[in-house]
Amino acid sequence: MRRKLTTVLRVFRTGAVNFVRNLSLAIAAMAVMVITLTIVLFSLITNVTFNHEVGQLTSQVDVSVYLNDSTSSTQAEQLITRIKLLSNVKSVNYLDKTQALKSFLAQNSNSPNLAQGVTALGSNPIYATIHIYPKDLDNVGSIENFLTEPANLALQAQGSPSYSGSLKQAIDNIAHATDVLREIGVIAVVVFAVVSILIIFNTIQMAIFNRREELTIMRLLGASTWYIRGPFVVESAIYGLFSALLSVIIINTTFAASSGALQASSLGLLDINYANTYFTNHFAMLLTLQVLIGIVIGAASSVIATQRYLKFKTAR
Amino acid sequence: MILLDRVTKRYGKNVVALNRISLHVEPKEFVIVVGQSGAGKTTLLRLLTREERPTSGKIIVGGIDYDKLKDRDIPMLRRKIGVVFQDFKLLPNKTVYENVAFALEVVGMSGREIRHTIPKVLDIVNLSGKEKRMPYELSGGERQRVAIARAIVRQPKILIADEPTGNLDPKHAWDVINVLEKINRYGTTVLLATHNQDIVNKLHRRVLTIHGGKVASDRANASYKA
Repeated sequence: MRRKLTTVLRVFRTGAVNFVRNLSLAIAAMAVMVITLTIVLFSLITNVTFNHEVGQLTSQVDVSVYLNDSTSSTQAEQLITRIKLLSNVKSVNYLDKTQALKSFLAQNSNSPNLAQGVTALGSNPIYATIHIYPKDLDNVGSIENFLTEPANLALQAQGSPSYSGSLKQAIDNIAHATDVLREIGVIAVVVFAVVSILIIFNTIQMAIFNRREELTIMRLLGASTWYIRGPFVVESAIYGLFSALLSVIIINTTFAASSGALQASSLGLLDINYANTYFTNHFAMLLTLQVLIGIVIGAASSVIATQRYLKFKTAR
Repeated sequence: MILLDRVTKRYGKNVVALNRISLHVEPKEFVIVVGQSGAGKTTLLRLLTREERPTSGKIIVGGIDYDKLKDRDIPMLRRKIGVVFQDFKLLPNKTVYENVAFALEVVGMSGREIRHTIPKVLDIVNLSGKEKRMPYELSGGERQRVAIARAIVRQPKILIADEPTGNLDPKHAWDVINVLEKINRYGTTVLLATHNQDIVNKLHRRVLTIHGGKVASDRANASYKA
């Protein structure tokens, strides 16, 4: 037990010492890791930000149902209860005639003429309205079918429900754009992750290739596989750790600089403010994630790269 | 201590490095293996450290039957045999002290024991005071003595030296040979492969001559003419 502990401590110490002694090699390997880890982190945050932007857009899209003035509040409540039972409905917001008028006036506060015109009528021309927010914009068909049942249609004013026509097309477009953006984001993150793993693996493999003689000598001296490999794994894990820390610092500095320099809140499509807020709020999680990715990639690469130099000859 | 029974080693189909060699070495013996380049000396030694596997035949060293040796047991075997190479094979990124210490760390010896043992061994090979040097700061003779210190620090029952003087001038070569003799007097079986006629003739030990993959002669207190 004590021997094992001594050995484990030795492996860690040797790894740390090797890291310092092979600093030039370490810097080369870490430069590659920092760049790739930064790209991975950046594309991760970009993806989250795009998702957020798309979510913002789609949450504003609803299906509006305008109720006839002859529809009683009991009928309205029954209809709402049944709408809520539909599987694709996220939430429902009911505005009676008075509330609908208030909402209409608030939305059109910029055009006082319109507001004046409406109040001048004396009676309230705005219909009581049910706003339906669907879960999945691709499948508003089920809601449409329900609302266009004759019994339900009878409760509604003309032109209701209002997704049909040009708005329906808009909903469809947004839904499609959402899917495409999300797919691009996921693909980008995966591609960057794969490319970075390959580059890091290659760099570490080259570093170990330079020291293959050392591995062979250790083998001849009767060192066990893990006693030889351990320090290399520790060394590569240190590369990963430092690279991850550096990449987080780079992203942090970039956000701090860009949100300070650019008064504008967005850089093209990317909402910098949201990205920055997301980064700050999830700092601990992102840092841990980066460090884990760095360490795992570093360690795994060195395990694979040392493999071939540790084999015993089996040919007779 | 060492037993070879009709051992053959082929590389590929046509190259026969060793051809049905049989050999017996007693404990505490000092055996010099001679022969021209390509005669099979190095192959013989590499079979003993299990760097190579014989194509056929039986090898038993220190009671271990190599046929029954699994890959994961090879490190244990190598810890029992000290090996010295012509090209030293020191770890380039480690100091003299660390190179010798490595052999002890491998077997899980505690730091205190290591600090206690190494000065004694460095004293035997006359390297006291050079603990902190890196290998590239040493002369060839000094490097070889580091390699010997590393090979004997675990007090192996067997020491295998493959042309340890091959890269050294006569004075340094004799330093190395003297250390080997000293170790042999302490009770270690020594197997020394060499080209050096002068060394063979002055040592007066058992001489095993290998020629064309076979034992050409095996004589005690022999001299040798290449």
